[in-house]
Amino acid sequence: MRTFIGIDLGSTTTKAVLMDENAKVLGRGITNSRSNYDVAARVSKQEAKISARFTLFNQALGTKGGADRLLADLERNFRLEQFLSELTQLEETCEAYLDQPRFKDSKSALREALAATFRKIEVEAPQIYAPDAERKSDFFRDIAGSRFMNIAEAVCKQSGTSFESMLNIYDKSIIDIESLVSPDETVSKQLLSGLSRALREVAGVEVSEADAQAALTRVLDIELEETYVVGTGYGRVRLPFPKEHIRSEILCHGLGAHMMFPGTRTVLDIGGQDTKGIQVDETGIVVNFQMNDRCAAGCGRYLGYIADEMKIGLHELGPIAMKATKATRINSTCTVFAGAELRGRLALGESQADILAGLHRAIMLRAMSILSRSGGVSNEFTFTGGVAKNESAVNELRHLIKDNYGDLTINISDESIYTGALGGSEFARRTVMN
Amino acid sequence: MSQNTIVKSNSQNVQKEMITRNYDKMTSGKVKVASTFVPGNLNELLMCFDIANNLPEINAIQNAMRKKSGEMIMEAERGGHSEDVCTYVKADIGMMAKGNIAPNGKPFRDPDLLLLSYTGCFTFMKWFELLREQYKCPTVMLHVPYAADGHATKNMRDYIVKQLKEEVIPTLEQVSGIKFDIDRLRGYLRKSAQAEDDLVWMLEQSKRKPSPIDCYFGGVYYMGPIFTAFRGTDECIEYYKLLRTEIEDRIAKGLCAQTPEGDMAEEKYRLVVEGPPNWTSFRDFWKMFYEAGAVVVASSYTKVGGVYDYDNFRHDAENPLETLADYCLGVYTNRNLPTRVDMLARNVIEYEADGLLINSIKSCNSFSAGQLVMMREVEKLTGKPGAFVETDLVDPRYFSAANVKNRLESYFQMIDQKRRAGGSAPAPLAA
Repeated sequence: MRTFIGIDLGSTTTKAVLMDENAKVLGRGITNSRSNYDVAARVSKQEAKISARFTLFNQALGTKGGADRLLADLERNFRLEQFLSELTQLEETCEAYLDQPRFKDSKSALREALAATFRKIEVEAPQIYAPDAERKSDFFRDIAGSRFMNIAEAVCKQSGTSFESMLNIYDKSIIDIESLVSPDETVSKQLLSGLSRALREVAGVEVSEADAQAALTRVLDIELEETYVVGTGYGRVRLPFPKEHIRSEILCHGLGAHMMFPGTRTVLDIGGQDTKGIQVDETGIVVNFQMNDRCAAGCGRYLGYIADEMKIGLHELGPIAMKATKATRINSTCTVFAGAELRGRLALGESQADILAGLHRAIMLRAMSILSRSGGVSNEFTFTGGVAKNESAVNELRHLIKDNYGDLTINISDESIYTGALGGSEFARRTVMN
Repeated sequence: MSQNTIVKSNSQNVQKEMITRNYDKMTSGKVKVASTFVPGNLNELLMCFDIANNLPEINAIQNAMRKKSGEMIMEAERGGHSEDVCTYVKADIGMMAKGNIAPNGKPFRDPDLLLLSYTGCFTFMKWFELLREQYKCPTVMLHVPYAADGHATKNMRDYIVKQLKEEVIPTLEQVSGIKFDIDRLRGYLRKSAQAEDDLVWMLEQSKRKPSPIDCYFGGVYYMGPIFTAFRGTDECIEYYKLLRTEIEDRIAKGLCAQTPEGDMAEEKYRLVVEGPPNWTSFRDFWKMFYEAGAVVVASSYTKVGGVYDYDNFRHDAENPLETLADYCLGVYTNRNLPTRVDMLARNVIEYEADGLLINSIKSCNSFSAGQLVMMREVEKLTGKPGAFVETDLVDPRYFSAANVKNRLESYFQMIDQKRRAGGSAPAPLAA
């Protein structure tokens, strides 16, 4: 079948959206940009195709007779299969590094330590992907990395092996592994194995194993032809695309927001390194825009920096800030100055939650300035980008929009991180279909 | 920037020789030198006293294009000048601190006079206060009233003429030891008007499709002689005759605008640009336009040293002092915002542009204040989309190539979308 793909190469993550001829979104994929946009583009595209296979499988099975539970379990088990496969590749790559002359004297001890570490991660893997398990990240690098650090440290301590050497080997190997993109055949095998696991685990599913296997095989046999691919985002010029396949992220975000919420007239996108205020007309065409210039203060990276300063996870910022009883006034929108101000406020005894609420407010004040320069906020208003997932940021934004522009419809999609890629895929579709 | 050979026209080479000769003259120690500013400069009057014209903004631009302004600005900041101060000022102060070497590699001699002929920009006044402190030389100020109501009045003109008679000319006589000869001034003014006719002819050629010239990036070369030390001279007249011949040749051949990499293959977008260019990444900035097939058909920056096309001003030898007053009053940044909006909107309509692009300069308040409002007004008047990029004059730290390119690409694609939706006509192909 003909498919149209939009890839948004952001500074932090790369997103892909795959749609069919009728502009129906079949799949979405995301990966970390890993300073290698070429690989990130291929991985996100493959992830979007995997997601499309799930959609097609879902369409084939329907939702009755426990099929929805089977599908959820298939996805979880597929991720486990994928994780184990990449873990094997990681171990093999680590092993290969042992042949370097520098590890000559410690080779056998390191080999044993590596083997012990990887066996333990393998044992833990099913728990990582257990039905109710919470993962801080879905990226292999993050999950494998955190487990490797913890387990290898204990293994090395016990065996008297150099933990530093283990880390060194891991750091080199993970870069190699991240450059690999699973071929379609491997993905198919992982999906079929995942389905076998799921069928063993899920109770009360009326679909027979044979029917499920046959349906999945039929879905895997469908060729997802990449009819047209459009690239957008900061890494777009690095993509191996002809120039006409590249679209501005501002236009892609405008169109993507329009597709998610057709009544959209103003879009705010806060990404990793820039903030954009975009005005669109009733057809999704951009009529005006403003974005931050040389300074990235107030963008997603600002929150990352603050999380580092406070030694907490990025995803924890919003929930902590929501516990605030008041928002501390943060005067500086400069990332570095805000860090200094934060330490000062903590020293004065102000609560972490109140300070974080103040920081979120500072970001949104800056976003409001960009919005007003782009022409203000008109109904409906759509907020997109990674920061739209942060509840405290959204809370502050809602207050500021109400205070400055009155009661407007504020749209935030659960899939807002894919807005640019969605717009890109629609541009791809229009190029061929119109 | 690519390492390819840079294509230059004959007129560009001639201009380069003219600029080099002028720097050699200024650094020779054989002539008296006045430092003065480009907008509303009194070149014809200075020539009456055999005084050479040294323009600090031009020195900053020359240093920026030679990639030297960054270190000069840092030097000025070490001396206590804030990050937010006009970077022309800091490049100049830094150049002095680093030995005051002119772009020709020879040291500038101290000026004999500071002639502050225009005060539409308040920073100019503070800049010359710093120079006066440094050089301790005679300083004379010609106060040009701001045309806040959109037009100059008789009182304003009389006020300037009075200052010329009572302050400026006596000071010039004193510094030079030469008696003022009004007929000599008339002679220079006649020559100015002659070159100005060819300048306006040149500016209007970009109404053609395709435009044979770029009136922003290319325009800064074309306007060089008339806005600097050459207006009123025979070589200025000759320069514009040569330029006219070159442009006529381009028109005859149906060529698109000339760029450093040769003639543009296709004209896809026609823009009007407001604001000065960025000088430290001048060619990279230009490349972002011509690579996309964008040509600038009119710009406010090519009016910064004098506005000749909007109300058809020419220097008038019959009214020598009055015409100098009118020239100063009519400078672009001395015009109020509604007049600037009207000029830009007329440019968009008359030059059949796709829209207005503003290059807002971080450290230039006199240009940047009110630009967003201007953009909105021009959009309303023309129905064409506007866009906004932000750079700086000569501080290399404030040119973010990825950011500027992102905005420009978005703008070009926005124009495409508008055209498809019937909102903005494409630039028709060459006849």
